[in-house]
Amino acid sequence: MQAVDYRQINRILDEHRRDPLRLVQILVRIQHDYGGCPPAVRDYIAKAVNVPQAQVHGVVEFYHFLSPERLGDYRIYLSDNITDRMLGNERIMAVLQQDLQVRRGQPRADGRVHLDYTSCTGLCDQGPALLVNGRPITRLTPALAGEIAERINAAEPLDAWPAHWFQVEESLRLAGPVLAARSEPGRALQAAFQQGPERLLKEIDRSGLRGRGGAGFRTALKWRVSRDAPGKAHYVVCNADEGEPGTFKDRTLLTRFADEVFEGMTLGAYVIGAEQGFLYLRAEYGWLYPHLVAVLARRRAEHLLGHQILGHDFNFDIDIHLGAGAYVAGEESALIESLEGQRAVPRTRPPYTATHGYLHQPTICNNVETFVKTTLIARNGADWFLASGTRHSPGTKLLSVSGDVARPGIYEYPFGVSVQTILDACGATDTQAVQVGGPSGTCITPLEFGRAISFEDLSTGGSFMVFNRSRDMLAVVQNFTHFFAGESCGFCTPCRVGTQLLRQSIDKIMAGHASARELADIAETASTIRSMSHCGLGQTCANPLLDTLQRMRPLYESRLTSLDFVPGFDLDGALAPARELSRRDDAAAHLGQRCDELGCIVNSEGAGARR
Amino acid sequence: MNGNDFTFVLDGENIRFEPGQTIMEAATQAGIYIPHLCYHADYRPRGSCKLCTVKINGRFGSACTMPVQPGMQIDNDTDELTAMRRRLVQMLFVEGNHYCPHCEKSGNCQLQAVAYHVGMTDSHYPHFYPLRQLDASHPDMLLDRDRCIACELCVRASLESDGKAVFGLAGRGSRTRVVVNSESGLLGDSDFSADDVAARICPTGALIPKREAYLRPIGARQYDLRDIAHNAPPDPPSPEQMP
Ligand SMILES: Cc1cc2nc3c(=O)[nH]c(=O)nc-3n(C[C@H](O)[C@H](O)[C@H](O)COP(=O)(O)O)c2cc1C
Ligand code: SF4
Ligand code: SF4
Ligand code: FES
Repeated sequence: MQAVDYRQINRILDEHRRDPLRLVQILVRIQHDYGGCPPAVRDYIAKAVNVPQAQVHGVVEFYHFLSPERLGDYRIYLSDNITDRMLGNERIMAVLQQDLQVRRGQPRADGRVHLDYTSCTGLCDQGPALLVNGRPITRLTPALAGEIAERINAAEPLDAWPAHWFQVEESLRLAGPVLAARSEPGRALQAAFQQGPERLLKEIDRSGLRGRGGAGFRTALKWRVSRDAPGKAHYVVCNADEGEPGTFKDRTLLTRFADEVFEGMTLGAYVIGAEQGFLYLRAEYGWLYPHLVAVLARRRAEHLLGHQILGHDFNFDIDIHLGAGAYVAGEESALIESLEGQRAVPRTRPPYTATHGYLHQPTICNNVETFVKTTLIARNGADWFLASGTRHSPGTKLLSVSGDVARPGIYEYPFGVSVQTILDACGATDTQAVQVGGPSGTCITPLEFGRAISFEDLSTGGSFMVFNRSRDMLAVVQNFTHFFAGESCGFCTPCRVGTQLLRQSIDKIMAGHASARELADIAETASTIRSMSHCGLGQTCANPLLDTLQRMRPLYESRLTSLDFVPGFDLDGALAPARELSRRDDAAAHLGQRCDELGCIVNSEGAGARR
Repeated sequence: MNGNDFTFVLDGENIRFEPGQTIMEAATQAGIYIPHLCYHADYRPRGSCKLCTVKINGRFGSACTMPVQPGMQIDNDTDELTAMRRRLVQMLFVEGNHYCPHCEKSGNCQLQAVAYHVGMTDSHYPHFYPLRQLDASHPDMLLDRDRCIACELCVRASLESDGKAVFGLAGRGSRTRVVVNSESGLLGDSDFSADDVAARICPTGALIPKREAYLRPIGARQYDLRDIAHNAPPDPPSPEQMP
């Protein structure tokens, strides 16, 4: 492993102007170059950018992809969305652990290799997928995993690996007006300059455009509030955090339609009077960074960004900020905290981002797709946009379809399309359930396949995961519930503790240890978490459990023990440190936590002895 | 109601407020107790413990951060909210390691007092028994993270009252924890002093002065005598005030 070179670190610090607002960016870079941000480096950075050591410490420990230890030359993160599971990521993990002689989450003895799972990497249409030093490898097979391990064991640098391994496919399966339209860079801007900001805003208002990130807030309303708010400066933020498991349509837009994304941001700046914009790119899409930087550079050369855009008295530029692995950073106020170099903890509202966003100045924060749609509306007019969709959800929606379907990929449909229509188009057969909108969305069964994708019925930021009858839906619930437990930011009590409690409950159910009482308890705990949590993560984290408890209760009941009570304390789990110390993992070293008819805990099969 | 009518309704009672006040501030001024742990009148509200959750025109919200609007209808002391607050306090208890019978703070602890107030009689949830680091390195102060509820009051007090930034929060999710601003990460190596305002701010027994534990016997302590709802100010008495 490369030794820490403080001259190089100084260069990184200087590139970022030793600006405390860029702390996350600095640490992302250090992590990339050195595989970690050890305490000495951390303290050095704290002094250099003049923030408390505890802040740097806090940031390093907050984000998944930053670490206080140096993780080695090869840092492998295997995507662990349920769709990756269904495509066999556990086999891949087994092969990698075996061939690399490393245990998941623990550095290899020589300190060169680190291997772990991570939340959905946005490659569900071509899973199982992994990231190695931030670069994606998709469609993994055990054979390919073996080859990867071989190259790592031979210490071959990534640049010497076959280039096609790192190729990501963009499968546009069904193109609607967005995916079919290729707009010439600058056309929408020219149209906007002809209209002026006020008329452009009225046109967006008339189009009825609603945010595509999931919540469906009226875009024009947000922009108007921000435009009218007083401030030292106004800012535009594009939310490219795309963290909802099963969503990958922003990946496609950033790959194929980056011009439209940036042009939409520029239109936003024109309307609200901003000179600075940020695109917040999730860490998992770091591999798109060079491409996006190149598009920005080209747009500057074409006078579509920078000083005096297209000769008008209007200056605007865009900076790309990388995330560092945190689903909650997609929440817009948490995203802004991250942009300011902090832990991504959602802010208290009111005040709202539109009036108190970046540096507490008026800021618009919109989803990637929302900006693309703005570009198209500016170019083609509101009537064109209103021609598709429903009354309350005009226009089209990009859907990321994955799971048990013949043709996973991106589908563009007008709002109002039925779930069944989509299932037919993507070649889904024998479907048991569809998760619309990701883990935080809704799980529906065939009875409801006539329902429509729209803000007034089934709302989605784009995730559409399909499960056929061979799937164990409780394993799906377990995956999602673990996801939330791993992603809770820890700020508020109900979510910080509640996500852990829900995780324990589903694990207990899966292990066959739960009693009927547990089910009633889940509903009560869930309602406390939902009502009292600070942000959308906590408010939705119980959805997978609640939806399936409501629609598939027999699945749960078939796994209950007949006893009315099983202790919540995990005796076997408590023995884990003892097993670790005695280096034993045989059957007799385990306690099956089951009670006999007298309520006594009995050992698992094979262990025999009675307590 | 006209523009000058600065009243709102709390549990059916008309309450006057000053423009700009939060629900918590207006209620406190009117002598009404809304359970809270992370709120302290001297600091910016943080809104994280969620104990102060009330129903505002039918929707849940945090009393400590929500500004009052004229005519707001607020439910505070209802069975529904008390039951939910009980679950929250139980969550806080199982998340850490709270052994009240031998804790120096027992009787002066706001977590314990709020638990009594909302009628908590058991922990309901399985205990997590987390492994957390104890820091006894400071000559006059003890940081026992087992009892920390991540309310961030020490962080705010050190920053805003003492101008020091001794503390910060690190980690994510259930691994969120208080860290100390010093190269070793130890309290003894920081510029923390027992005279700091932050040294007296902790609502639980996580950050406590040494050698004061039994100056006043258990049974005669602040919340042993009266429910927390009738017990202002909430700060435990300093040694000089003790009998
Ligand atoms: C936990 C959480 C994660 C979120 N993640 C994203 C995300 O990855 N991308 C996104 O556009 N919006 C996300 N949002 C929604 C944003 O807070 C915000 O509503 C959105 O960016 C607004 O843009 P829009 O109006 O264009 O949809 C998330 C919200 C929550 C609560
Ligand atoms: S709901 Fe969860 S993610 Fe949101 S602020 Fe609370 S702890 Fe953080
Ligand atoms: S040490 Fe005390 S004051 Fe500080 S965060 Fe923990 S509980 Fe709050
Ligand atoms: S007192 Fe309001 S959230 Fe803690």
